[in-house]
Amino acid sequence: MLEIRDLHVEVEGKEILKGLNLTINKGEIHSIMGPNGSGKSTLAQVLAGRDSYEVTKGEIIFAGKDLTELEPEERACEGVFLAFQYPIEIPGVANTYLLREALNSIRKYNGQKPLKHVEFGKLAREKMKNLEMEDDLLKRSVNEGFSGGEKKRNEIFQMQILEPKLCILDETDSGLDIDALKIVSDGVNSMKSPERSFLVITHYQRLLNYIVPDYVHVLVNGKIVKSGGKELALELEEKGYGWIEEGVSA
Amino acid sequence: MSIEFNSQIESYLNGFEEFKKNDHFNEIDEIAELRKNAIGKFAELGFPSLRDEDWRFTNINPISKGNFRINGIGNGIDTDTIKTFIFNELDTYLLVFVNGKFVNELSDINDIPDGVTISSLSVAKDESRELLSENIGKFLNFETEAFNALNTSFFEDGLFIHVPDSVTVSKPVHALYITHDDENSLANPRNLIIMGSNSNLKVIEHYVSTSNDAYLSNVVSEVYVGENSELEHYLLEFESKKAFNISTLRVQQEKYSNIKSHSILFGGAIVRNNVHPVLAGEGGNSLINGLYMSNGRQHMDNFMRVEHASPHCDSRQIYNGVLDDSSRGVFHGRIIVHEGAVKTDAKQTNRNLLLSDTAQIDTKPQLEIYNDDVKCTHGATIGQMDENAIFYLQSRGIPKKEAKTIMVKGFTGESFSNMTLEPLRNYLEKLADDWFLSRKEG
Repeated sequence: MLEIRDLHVEVEGKEILKGLNLTINKGEIHSIMGPNGSGKSTLAQVLAGRDSYEVTKGEIIFAGKDLTELEPEERACEGVFLAFQYPIEIPGVANTYLLREALNSIRKYNGQKPLKHVEFGKLAREKMKNLEMEDDLLKRSVNEGFSGGEKKRNEIFQMQILEPKLCILDETDSGLDIDALKIVSDGVNSMKSPERSFLVITHYQRLLNYIVPDYVHVLVNGKIVKSGGKELALELEEKGYGWIEEGVSA
Repeated sequence: MSIEFNSQIESYLNGFEEFKKNDHFNEIDEIAELRKNAIGKFAELGFPSLRDEDWRFTNINPISKGNFRINGIGNGIDTDTIKTFIFNELDTYLLVFVNGKFVNELSDINDIPDGVTISSLSVAKDESRELLSENIGKFLNFETEAFNALNTSFFEDGLFIHVPDSVTVSKPVHALYITHDDENSLANPRNLIIMGSNSNLKVIEHYVSTSNDAYLSNVVSEVYVGENSELEHYLLEFESKKAFNISTLRVQQEKYSNIKSHSILFGGAIVRNNVHPVLAGEGGNSLINGLYMSNGRQHMDNFMRVEHASPHCDSRQIYNGVLDDSSRGVFHGRIIVHEGAVKTDAKQTNRNLLLSDTAQIDTKPQLEIYNDDVKCTHGATIGQMDENAIFYLQSRGIPKKEAKTIMVKGFTGESFSNMTLEPLRNYLEKLADDWFLSRKEG
């Protein structure tokens, strides 16, 4: 589904990703772990199409298309979704308005009819209930005045509505207490399917107790330096990143 | 009759002598006297210049150096043209003024509630003479305001409304002022609204043009809001892009009265929007809401003057601006809290969204507080479109141009959300969307 080959990315002239390779097949859950500054969030932003991140070398093939050629909205319509580490507040724009516009834009791209207000309302309320979100979050401005937990839940809520093929979760666990973490994880797990893949970016192993990955990759200094199964995450939790970083520099 | 004006103040004095000969308000002594004083003041003051503190951001040379005329061009407008300016699904009393004069045949003022008067100043001259002569000019300052003096000297017609005690006028009043085929004209619409106690009224003043002519609309609206009454007032300024619109809304508020003033500015080359409520009785409430959207080389100046003259009054000023191209905006928010106006709660915010590097905004709060027991806050922001937010929307599948439209919608939404007439709000929201979508650059 996703194939990243020798990806080099610069931000403001500084190389952050330095030859990253990653293949994710349909239905797989991959986790990327790594110390701060290793390039985890850069990878997430590049996949979503942030234009201040410049791909200087390599390619990102998603469902047969080169993502680097597509606008962010086209990537979303192709089925890429990024749950932001820091969801953006948009004053004056109702949550429900954004979501309906987004869903209908994606449906249009894929040759489907737009969803009627009533149908959308029904769908939204059903998904919100599962995420234990208050109804009024629909009417409120996007993420404005939301608590940290509400923002993260809102990202998962959007993901559930938009039903992407590739879900990228960027530090979704940060700022969540244990109850919220569980709700968010259940929300993610309920979307698991043989047709859908996940890329879970996290600094801590904690989230991976709930969203269990098939593969764990360690990103250090812009490259994946170690890959393994879920037990690698436990090892990292126990030993920290130091032993891997030492291995890389040695 | 055609009276010509040029850059010389004398032309206005001579014009006044000429105007007087056919002035149908001459028969009202109070108005004749008022006019005499007003033209005298105008001669003294002249047009304001950048040296005047209250005009330092707005150069009105194109007006003071311009040639204008007052003439008697008939209406020549059909009902189909009128239809393009009315709001769908909003049932109103409609009063149409063409080139400054009331046109009864184009208006629709049937089924007015008992005791209520909704008509024009020219009709009120005969039918409501006492109310008119007692109230006109009562609270308006033309001693130091040249445009008010000019209007008082030359007004010919305008809206006249009287709502007696304890009456709710449920249908809004839509006053439509059309400049039609009248290049370089000077019109001085003068609106007078008198509300008794416990009454309720919604008024829409709507300024439009059928062509892209240069002309000057110099408007004065005087409103008296009786005890415990409610007024919602809309100023919709959609003049031609070459026109000048100077308007003053002067509201006198009695005890426990409640007003909402909405100013929506889209048109005009130079626009000056003066809003001046005086909270004269205790417990009054003013919401001063506005939105200006400018492009090209438009200049839109909003001059607020909110006076707290009694205890326990609240005022809120919420003005938002979206500025594109090389347009320029001004927000001048003055709050005056007089001695004795204790427990005043006055808030002011002015937010601006600049869409280009060459758009400019000058925003200036000004608080004059003459007692201790008050709460006054003000805040102004100037910003550009948030790139992070645009990316966020794009990442959800929304194309960039739409994402930007949504952002502007979010920005202007605050202004619209304060309006209670939903069909009008929808009309204005669509206009704001179209305004943005018609931008050349994505």
